[in-house]
Amino acid sequence: MIFGEVTLGHYLALSSLLFLIGLAGVLLRRSLLIVMMSLELLLNAANLALVAVGRFQGLPDPQVAVFFVITVAAAEVSLGLAILVAIFRIQKTTAADQLSTLRF
Amino acid sequence: MEAIFFWALAVGLLVSATALVAFRNPVTNAVCLVVALVMQAALFITLESFFLAAVQVIVYAGAVMVLFLFVIMLLDVREEARRRVSWPLLVGVVGIGGGAVFGATKISSLFPSSDKILHWGQSGGGGGAKELGRLLFTSYSPLFLTTGVLLLVATIGVVVLCRKDPEV
Repeated sequence: MIFGEVTLGHYLALSSLLFLIGLAGVLLRRSLLIVMMSLELLLNAANLALVAVGRFQGLPDPQVAVFFVITVAAAEVSLGLAILVAIFRIQKTTAADQLSTLRF
Repeated sequence: MEAIFFWALAVGLLVSATALVAFRNPVTNAVCLVVALVMQAALFITLESFFLAAVQVIVYAGAVMVLFLFVIMLLDVREEARRRVSWPLLVGVVGIGGGAVFGATKISSLFPSSDKILHWGQSGGGGGAKELGRLLFTSYSPLFLTTGVLLLVATIGVVVLCRKDPEV
């Protein structure tokens, strides 16, 4: 029964779909701000898979891993947005296809 | 009961994530991200990891979203140019999505608990602040301390990056 009862497969399928949506956002969007928001979706998909596996296997350790992932994501967002603000001051844009000064 | 909550939250999460990728106004995107993160916190609750749900709401839906909104306000971001959605791309994305769901169910059948059905109240604890705190301060205490260093370095990095006059 697919709809009646929830198993580990449901959660892993949901997290893979979420990862895919986030990946589409990273690849298709041009604004770096939206790309960073999509990166958050990617991290959240990984978190969901970790917590689901930990719950169904009866292990508390994946939750500790998710705790660290959330911490690293917070640090990543703060640094990424700082770089974004610094780029905007120099280039006056945050569109990924216009930031090509480093391109070889 | 578990199934109703799971399906409602799963549909909400996927819809808000798709809206985040699809809409072009940055403030709309930020609101979609908040909705997605709160849905994710509720999914953590359905998995009985209550501490992580609280952390998710406080850190993600609180701190990270405030950062995003501040940057949207600072940068005066305009709407992105509309781009044409090509049908092969759409069909490809849907196909990859179906493949991902199939692959995930295949991978989940590798776990010994793959035929276990979610029932609330049978996790044997492990989701509260007490159990996680005990793990954090015993087995994972070196990692926990390193996290403090990481946050300190990130704070210093942000301050250095955002200085007006980098010559000083």
